[in-house]
Amino acid sequence: MSETLRKIRVQCEINGQTATLEAYPMSRLLDVLREQVGLTGTKEGCGEGECGACAIELDGALVNSCLIPALQANGAIIRTIEGVADSGRLDAVQQAFLTHGGAQCGICTPGMILAALNLLARNSQPTETEIREGLAGNLCRCTGYTKIFESVVEACRATRDPA
Amino acid sequence: MNKENHQIGKSIARKEGREKVTGSARYVDDLNFPGMIYGATVRSSCARGEILGVHFDDGIPWDEFTIVTAKDIPGKNCVALLIEDQPCLAGQTVNHPEEAVVLLAHPDKYLLEVARQAVRVEIEPLPALYAMQDSLSKKQLIWGDDNIFKAYHVEKGDVDGAWSAADFIVEGEYETGAQEQLYIEPQGMIARANPADGVTVWGSLQCPYYVHKALVRLFGLPKDRVRVVQTETGGGFGGKEEYPSMIAGHAALLAWKSGKTVKIIYDRAEDMVATTKRHPSRTRHRTGVTREGKLLAMDIDFTIDGGAYETLSPVVLSRGTIHAAGPYNCPNVRVCSRAVATNAPPHGAFRGFGAPQSVFALERHLDRVASTVGISPEELRRRNFIQQGQTLAFGQVVREKVDMHKLLDRALEMSGYHEKQKRFQEQNPRSPIKRGIGFAAFLHGAGFTGSGEEYLASEALIKVTREGKVRILAGSTEMGQGTNTVFAQIAAEALGLECEQIEILQPDTSLVPNSGPTVASRTTMIVGKLVETAALTIKKSLVASGLLKEEYLANEFATACRQHIDKFGVLESLVKYQHPKDLHWDDEKYQGDAYGAYAWAVYVAEVSVDTRTAEVRVEDFVAVQEVGKVINPVLAAGQIEGGVAQGTGFALYENVVWREGRMVNGQMTNYIMPTSMDVPPIRVFFEEIPYDRGPAGAKGIGELPLDGTAPAIANAVAHATGVDIRQIPITPEKLIDMLESVHV
Amino acid sequence: MRSYVPGYEMEMARNLEETLERLAREPGVWKPFAGGTDLMVLLEAGKLPHRRFLNIWKLPELRGIEVTPQHVTLGALTTYSEVRRHELLMLEFPLLCRAASETGSIATQNRGTLGGNIANASPAADSPPALLVYDAELELVSANGTRWLSYQGFWKGYKQIELRNDELIRGIRLARGKTGWVQFYRKVGTRRAQAISKVCFAGAARVEAGRIANVRIALGSVAPTVLRAIETENILRGEKPTPVIVNAAQEILAREIAPINDMRSTARYRLRVVQNLLAEFCERIAA
Repeated sequence: MSETLRKIRVQCEINGQTATLEAYPMSRLLDVLREQVGLTGTKEGCGEGECGACAIELDGALVNSCLIPALQANGAIIRTIEGVADSGRLDAVQQAFLTHGGAQCGICTPGMILAALNLLARNSQPTETEIREGLAGNLCRCTGYTKIFESVVEACRATRDPA
Repeated sequence: MNKENHQIGKSIARKEGREKVTGSARYVDDLNFPGMIYGATVRSSCARGEILGVHFDDGIPWDEFTIVTAKDIPGKNCVALLIEDQPCLAGQTVNHPEEAVVLLAHPDKYLLEVARQAVRVEIEPLPALYAMQDSLSKKQLIWGDDNIFKAYHVEKGDVDGAWSAADFIVEGEYETGAQEQLYIEPQGMIARANPADGVTVWGSLQCPYYVHKALVRLFGLPKDRVRVVQTETGGGFGGKEEYPSMIAGHAALLAWKSGKTVKIIYDRAEDMVATTKRHPSRTRHRTGVTREGKLLAMDIDFTIDGGAYETLSPVVLSRGTIHAAGPYNCPNVRVCSRAVATNAPPHGAFRGFGAPQSVFALERHLDRVASTVGISPEELRRRNFIQQGQTLAFGQVVREKVDMHKLLDRALEMSGYHEKQKRFQEQNPRSPIKRGIGFAAFLHGAGFTGSGEEYLASEALIKVTREGKVRILAGSTEMGQGTNTVFAQIAAEALGLECEQIEILQPDTSLVPNSGPTVASRTTMIVGKLVETAALTIKKSLVASGLLKEEYLANEFATACRQHIDKFGVLESLVKYQHPKDLHWDDEKYQGDAYGAYAWAVYVAEVSVDTRTAEVRVEDFVAVQEVGKVINPVLAAGQIEGGVAQGTGFALYENVVWREGRMVNGQMTNYIMPTSMDVPPIRVFFEEIPYDRGPAGAKGIGELPLDGTAPAIANAVAHATGVDIRQIPITPEKLIDMLESVHV
Repeated sequence: MRSYVPGYEMEMARNLEETLERLAREPGVWKPFAGGTDLMVLLEAGKLPHRRFLNIWKLPELRGIEVTPQHVTLGALTTYSEVRRHELLMLEFPLLCRAASETGSIATQNRGTLGGNIANASPAADSPPALLVYDAELELVSANGTRWLSYQGFWKGYKQIELRNDELIRGIRLARGKTGWVQFYRKVGTRRAQAISKVCFAGAARVEAGRIANVRIALGSVAPTVLRAIETENILRGEKPTPVIVNAAQEILAREIAPINDMRSTARYRLRVVQNLLAEFCERIAA
């Protein structure tokens, strides 16, 4: 336990803002976001990349932040749940989760919303099967997923017919 | 109550929804306090033994650490619950693997973990018990003088005299395994504690006053020097009913000794192996039935595994016992039940609380009884469904309107049961994928059993501000099930206001009264009623004082409140639970009116079984239930859907692998809960017969879906494959052998 | 988090040459770190034996998918997501795409790499059986040069591979030309998504006039390593998949594998299922 205790500098963009952080190279990005940047919206549910509660967008890709070492976040463009709403205006997915019961206890919700956004960015009108597949990396214990599917369908509809 | 509802029956968006969808909701691990340090727990690796000593390895700066053992406990070393047999920290003996022995705290959480691994608890092993059967046969005495936490014996009619009249006698033994609640937010607590200020804890919990009671005892402090605050809680399902008292005690002990605020957050592995699970069960049925399929006698023997300490086992046993004979009219019933000790971490509350175990056995058994008699599962139920005016097994006359036939009709229709049953039977021989459809009929009592609600004596308080803002103060917690929203709707309806004007206070024992625990499907029905009464009382007093007419606008309400407070100083109503005088329960005989109201249900599961891999897939699920008035349709359906998903896990996927009392598959990779690709389409239908004692006519629904889901799936698997399912989870490993013996 | 995070080092090298130089200079000291989906799980569990890591995630020499008339070569850092999206791979190497889509979750697929998966050498990995069916060859590079090894035979034993501690996997080369073959992949896991496999079966057969002219069968989770079922292939080669032949093949298959009991499944289940999957594969061939 007497090895080098050297922190490194990590420069990245988080939710549109440049950030310069000091972290141990193998700190989990999850911990860096929560503890150093104070963005506690990203959650730890399992620490093994199974539950998706820690999901964020890294260079446009959905990833589990509990599996990313801080060093690899250097130069990255990161979006967390805090970066989804636009100056307080909720995204269609967030709004749909509100009206259609997509969130119960809420702990899986940030990761789930990011996964949904990521799905819709790749496929704007997914079938139910595609929604199920797109969200399969995000575990929810409260909803049985049903109203999460309905929320995503609603978000698609609202985006298609904004009226 | 014939007026049109403005709030009740509407799917008002969740009160705290915006915070949840933007990531600004604050769970315990999101909170930080100045100077806060971290706590960790050193646990026993031995199932049972004498603690010989605790050793601290070299190489750690131990003088920087706060170290707590049983000796440091100011009050009584116990986690006070029904009794005080469970220590907060093991002192001389350990009785289960992962029992807490030493607590550590330090500002550096990485170093803390190294230190945790550098503490060795030396234990002289004693013979341990892991199997219920060994506990019953008293292979060792590990608890009390007979290993039995509690036993019940319920009798109706004359079971022994009834066998001779039976044309068929059907026996069977059924088992259910442990199930982990698996809330996605692990257990966590923050504590500040010192002799001057007393103890305050913030954390993920369901029952602030349970934690309060436990801390009062642990520290020997007066009640007003202990404060418990619930933080946003990421799922509970019963897993945060009693366990939080343990982790709160640990955090508080470290805070007390260190003089610092201490945060303990379990990682998933620790949470899985060290905290409570659903009680494993074994049920034996012996049923006498006529050739027409009329139930004559039911002799039921029900055993649950409580783990190493009593905790809530007597109450789990109670509910399991009372639900063991189902929604049927049988003249002669006996239920003998017991909760036994084993050297596993104590089992505890999990949604359903004993009923999922006994209902699985009953509904699986009745399909077999039907088969023996030579009638359909449906016909057997129809010939025995309880009706209004008839008496349930433990002596309760069903006073409420109930129509199980209608529920069954609707469930079978919505699921296409008859057509599918026929079609599957025709198609199955020609395919390696066998399809089946099955159902379960059941009931679930809302509220605490018998005299329980009277004993709880719950209270709810409404305070109104000068601006006309209505504040609900209750000890009931929101954990996703919708407490905040439903309370707001109830109060808003009673007061003729919009939900936005209703505020629910964060449960904080220094501010809110004790509304009883948030468990037992009681929060809407019992506490919601107190909220409704308090709101109506406030309206009445405003009208009676001439400040408000019967019909009014929101701004008129606000004006009236201001005037009332200016005149009288305060506008509030504290309502205490009144037990209905016509409900009678005999604790000695365990007979009488067990619950104020029941939800009634029929669930239908359609499955496919791939005989090449023995994988079972639930293809479609229909859930029909009568629940009184549905206050918020989206929230209510969400409860059923979530419960069906958990019940699906209970039936098919969630298998705790034990090795000498320890869960060895304590990671999400190896303990399998359903993903979005594993849940079927879940179609929920409500019937509403308003319950006049419920708020706006509502009854309780939170636990209901856990009772009927697994037996419906098991019956469907039996239908699909001809396999006589007796155990859940139905793992492919077990099923593949059973499939082969069917075909041989 | 069960590891002492400050005690771990990770460094970057600017390019492949520098990376190989470091590995050569201090063999066994530096562990290459790609997407992290295996290593970070070990870190969390307190089971990561290495302390010093070289971040190779961005090395351009290890990325890219090269297509020639005879082969497709995937850079070691090709992620599962990249495999899933690649049109030619979908067309000509469907088993690999299937395997990639059934690995973990989308988040894992975005970070998990073929090279990382091969280096991790788990017998339960999803892609290796598909790679074996496609006669994969591995390009291994070090400061001393390049060598090619057939992926089959890359294992020495459970989680032990023929990769020297100064070497990196640079690419995976697959032979084209199985487009007309009957191809079959089935992973039997604990659930429909995010599942570790209990049995994994990959098979491809060239059928001529109802006979199995050539065949490849590769299996995961039924032995200490992923393996080609060579004896089973031999029994099937040249035959029509009649019930007699299939039964015989199932018996041979039982002798080629060594399934175990573990916390996920049993030896008995794995044996039964892999035999059933073999029969299912043969049914596809017969159809």
